[in-house]
Amino acid sequence: MQRIINFVLRYRNAFLYAFFAFISLVMTIRSHSYHQSKFFNSSKWVTGSIYGAGSDVSSYFNLKDENSRLVDENRRLRKLLFNSISDTITASLDSTVMQHEVLSAKLIKNSYISPRNYVTIDKGARDGVHQDMGVITTDGILGIVENVSNKFATVQSVLNTKSNINAKIKGTEYFGSLIWDAKDYTVVQLVDIPRLVPLVVGDTIVTGGMSSIFPENVPVGTIKKYDLNDSKSFYNIDVELFSDMANIKNVYLIENKDKEEIQELEARTIE
Amino acid sequence: MNNTVIINIFRFVLLVLTQVLIFNNLNFLGFINPMVYVIFFYWYPIKVNRAVFMLTAFLLGLTIDIFSDTLALNALASTTVAYLRPPVMRFCFGVNYDFQNFSFKNTTKIQRITFMALVVLIHHLIYFFFEILSIAHILLILKNVFVTGVVTLVLCILFSSLFSPRSE
Repeated sequence: MQRIINFVLRYRNAFLYAFFAFISLVMTIRSHSYHQSKFFNSSKWVTGSIYGAGSDVSSYFNLKDENSRLVDENRRLRKLLFNSISDTITASLDSTVMQHEVLSAKLIKNSYISPRNYVTIDKGARDGVHQDMGVITTDGILGIVENVSNKFATVQSVLNTKSNINAKIKGTEYFGSLIWDAKDYTVVQLVDIPRLVPLVVGDTIVTGGMSSIFPENVPVGTIKKYDLNDSKSFYNIDVELFSDMANIKNVYLIENKDKEEIQELEARTIE
Repeated sequence: MNNTVIINIFRFVLLVLTQVLIFNNLNFLGFINPMVYVIFFYWYPIKVNRAVFMLTAFLLGLTIDIFSDTLALNALASTTVAYLRPPVMRFCFGVNYDFQNFSFKNTTKIQRITFMALVVLIHHLIYFFFEILSIAHILLILKNVFVTGVVTLVLCILFSSLFSPRSE
């Protein structure tokens, strides 16, 4: 017994190291396969507030660019509005029949070079944000809300090896999954598009309506290059993103009001 | 003694803030975010309780992980560096290290840079390997380790000569 105790005491540092390494390894491996940790993430009060303070300072540096981008978007939306038939405007602007609710938020922490990127936004449960809302930028998609605290939320970016978003080729109903191989932050991969689909480099990829997270036809990017996968029956498509992931400030959160109903129905069907 | 503790707590907080607010947003050349907080392991007093050192390293890593949503990658790399620091020091500074009054003052610049380079190398190897955890990405891992490592090392050398602690 004495010997065992002596042995432990002699190698206490090694044991301590093994203990810490074990804790960190478990957390690391969990983060590869499961959802982001509920307790340790940057949407929490302390981390969120510090990022908020940092972003308050740095947001002044590109205020001008950001403004012109927002004005540009407004112009585009106005154009759409004025060019649609006037009757349908008032009908479609009636909020009781609208299927999607849109919130706006600011990015307080951006990240795009790690294999599992999460960004943090300055809206939380207090403002009506909840898990699994779709997040888009002015130009295209950004990701899905993962964790929410009272004032902040973390978003799992499309640039995350765990991300898997339903997408299709614009104008057709051929859909596949959008994934990321962690190599280039301007390019994501679209898989499971069958071989018989005619593809052209430059085709637009949009979100498919299958997931009830994003509405249908939100722009994603254009086809950069494509080839067949190992089984020669599906395409692997490299999609160049419309959103400049390195330069995002204002984002929109989309809520599908019918989502609960859809999910409930699906759950009942499986039973 | 008490003074050292306060200085180290101060360093801890300052390095975390510098890392998460400045260096994590650097994105130099599109993929380089130097991990400058590694210099903590160079500045930390030499003759100390190793258990306390490892605990501090673990907490430092974990704090940065929580900020950057890379749960436990930094903690794992930091703890390993803390655990391996004495053998690395013995390797770099030779028998001098075993003397009671050993300090960085009586070492050469080359020795100190070698030490820092080894610390950065160990840290980055573990960090980037466990970040992707796939042999298929080995080239990406090595590229990241090498390029980010060099930038981190250069910044660490700059920092260490800018803010060299008087006590050591």
